[in-house]
Amino acid sequence: MPAALALGFRDPVFDAQASFRAAMWALARPGTPCPLDVALAPPAPLAPEAAALVLALCDYETPLWLDAPLSAVPEVAAFLRFHAGAPLVGEPGEARFALIADPRAMPGFEAFAQGTPEFPDASATLIVQIEGFTDEHFTDGGFMLEGPGIEGSVRFGAAPLPADFVARMAANRALFPRGVDLLLAGAGHVAGLPRSVTVGEG
Amino acid sequence: MSAPQVGSMPDISYNFAYLDEQTKRMIRRAILKAIAIPGYQVPFAAREMPMPYGWGTGGVQVTAAVLGPDDVLKVIDQGADDTTNAVAIRGFFEKTAKVATTTSTTEASIIQTRHRIPETRLRDDQILVYQVPIPEPLRFLEPRETETRQLHALSEYGLMHVKLYEDIARHGHIATTYAYPVEVAGRYVMDPSPIPKFDNPKMDDCPALQLFGAGREKRIYAIPPHTTVRSLDFEDHPFRVQRFARPCALCGATGVYLDEVLLDDRGGRMFVCSDTDYCTTRQEEGHRGEMSPPARDAQEDAA
Amino acid sequence: MYVAAKGGEKAIRNAHELLARRRRGDRTLPAVTLEQIASQLTLAVDRVMAEGSLYDTALAALAIKQARGDLIEAIFLIRAFRTTLPRFGSARPLDTGAMLVRRRVSATFKDLPGGQLLGPTFDYTHRLLDTSLAEADAGGAEEGAPPPVAEPAPPMPRVTDLIGAEGLIEPSPRDDGAEPFDITRAPVSYPVDRATRLQTLARGDEGYLLALGYSTQRGYARSHPFVGEIRFGEVEVVLDIPELGFEVSIGEVEVTECQMVNQFKGSAQVPPQFTRGYGLVFGQCERKAMSMALVERALRWQELGEEPGAPAQDEEFVLSHCDNVQATGFVEHLKLPHYVDFQAELDLVRRMRAEIAAERKEAAE
Repeated sequence: MPAALALGFRDPVFDAQASFRAAMWALARPGTPCPLDVALAPPAPLAPEAAALVLALCDYETPLWLDAPLSAVPEVAAFLRFHAGAPLVGEPGEARFALIADPRAMPGFEAFAQGTPEFPDASATLIVQIEGFTDEHFTDGGFMLEGPGIEGSVRFGAAPLPADFVARMAANRALFPRGVDLLLAGAGHVAGLPRSVTVGEG
Repeated sequence: MSAPQVGSMPDISYNFAYLDEQTKRMIRRAILKAIAIPGYQVPFAAREMPMPYGWGTGGVQVTAAVLGPDDVLKVIDQGADDTTNAVAIRGFFEKTAKVATTTSTTEASIIQTRHRIPETRLRDDQILVYQVPIPEPLRFLEPRETETRQLHALSEYGLMHVKLYEDIARHGHIATTYAYPVEVAGRYVMDPSPIPKFDNPKMDDCPALQLFGAGREKRIYAIPPHTTVRSLDFEDHPFRVQRFARPCALCGATGVYLDEVLLDDRGGRMFVCSDTDYCTTRQEEGHRGEMSPPARDAQEDAA
Repeated sequence: MYVAAKGGEKAIRNAHELLARRRRGDRTLPAVTLEQIASQLTLAVDRVMAEGSLYDTALAALAIKQARGDLIEAIFLIRAFRTTLPRFGSARPLDTGAMLVRRRVSATFKDLPGGQLLGPTFDYTHRLLDTSLAEADAGGAEEGAPPPVAEPAPPMPRVTDLIGAEGLIEPSPRDDGAEPFDITRAPVSYPVDRATRLQTLARGDEGYLLALGYSTQRGYARSHPFVGEIRFGEVEVVLDIPELGFEVSIGEVEVTECQMVNQFKGSAQVPPQFTRGYGLVFGQCERKAMSMALVERALRWQELGEEPGAPAQDEEFVLSHCDNVQATGFVEHLKLPHYVDFQAELDLVRRMRAEIAAERKEAAE
């Protein structure tokens, strides 16, 4: 290992399991952020929460796409290749996972694999780095979520997100059962927005 | 030809919960997609397990991929913790993952089950893992995977309704009593595994996460918490569950699923809770049934 | 008073003890050694390696001993171990043309370069029980220093290459260098490519493939087969190491290869050519290699423009039922308790009978 390479999971078995469990509950309860306890210090702009999800879920079987800020830093690619072994791809449509450090500038969802009617699972999971979540006490903005995993409805907010986020999520929902799934990671938490969720203006 | 060399045996050691990390990641990815597409069967590369296909390898792989060191695991078969296959699977995880196990539904964080849903309402921090033999609800109407995949893609479930309606025409009843098909979140028709249809209503709006693993058929599917799960039926033949004429003979419970136990060859029989934890807990709370042993005080008096 | 049956744990423990006792058999006799199994029950070991998809004679011998000679159980033990092994990569395609040949027969030519080499075969033995093998000293004259073993024959050309040079048989597909689909690492969805089909058949149950292959000879997808060649011997396994930039030989395996030469195909535009069915199995498993080649050829009906309709041509049916570990598990799972479901059925049957009885009574009154 090159001396400069940041360390991976301290305990590859249990840290991966804990990160996966957080992602699992996040997608099972859309809009409810789950604590993600990470001790990683990956090279910037890769955030520890997003790095933990990649290390837990990706390997040589999962082509990974990085957005411009991440792919501009060679240490990020070196870190992900060494610890996850995931092949990095230049075309978002070829990726099983996409890692996005700048959500405001992220490509349209249609750029990513959205599955087919026969195999809707053959679609991308987008790991989106955010700075923080806004909860029900946060009155400025936020969305109302409904769908499987939600008892009634739940208020949810996160920042930063693309300006057209509600429209994107509506288009994604309209494709169901096709579509992409989002894991929003940051501030020690991960929240899930699976394709099954309906996002309305709060 | 040289004589075969039988060398020293390889040093065999297993990872936490048996599966290697790459396999766990593959299963975990399938679980995430299954949760995102409720009721859709995600293909996964099921591994050979050290127990036979058809004996819970799908459930075991899902449990192994989800399980962490702090989990408390309960395993039931036919509702009981002490049936042989439940004992064998629980023993497997005690040995390979050294996790705590329990027979108590309320103490468990993960419950692996074959053929039943516990009577006690599950909580939102629990995971119910079903063992599934045939995940395809349309399999007995159309054996070909290539065909059923199209039917699911097109949401074309008329075949299933025709089958159920033919039952009504022939028997006056829908003849499906277990593995009764459900529609999940208004989209996919799903096989709930061979639970009695008595248990179907428990799947609807269930606070727990429900995961389904079919090892031999290599499919994983899921129902997120609080998801609408509707048993297929007709306006003039609404879905109805079995009702037992008598309460449990040991704890007096009503509105629960009962096992029929033959007592002799002269028609003697009794009905007892299939959920052994539920029954035991009720008995400990002092509930009694018509065949309960005499109360402790009475026993002591008699002695 | 009634107490529900408990004690699954104790029952299982007792059953395992009984099993161990039965396995050991008569303790006044010496236990069979792995060396004896690997050296004297070689064809059983070969079958376990082939269908277990793991080339290791010692482990196969151990599995046979542990399974009390039940080969499907032994295959299962090997598979469950195999699945825990890390995967380093895939080997180069085996070059069976460079095989150190122990046996090679062709039914299509009387003589050919390299000749016909009978080798160790049951063919032409009279199937008469040999009571001399039953003697207490286990065939005294057979013990002692091994008789000299013939050196393997030098590499000899494959029959299909000889007729292929004339363009008389369809060429083998070229290796495109791509990583082949791995049925043990990814879920299969139908239809499948040829590599996936061959992998599935190679670990498929010998008896199942034998029956299906037999059915093609009896008119269910008849393809007019000739045994172009069966060869058995040792081939080198070569692995590319991209990090090192060269290839290394990681050892030798014994395999049986069967190239079936089948009825020709052609049209006004394309000159007629014979077609192939292919079988390759670990160890000496001729019956399996031949059956595999017949079934493989039958499954190619679509690409060769043949009429479908026979069981052996039904890809999804053939491939999804050929694995004996899956099959035995699901058949035998019927032994598990099903009383919850049976109770549900009992209730319905009783209810329907009561309704009919009530109707009859009403009609009679």
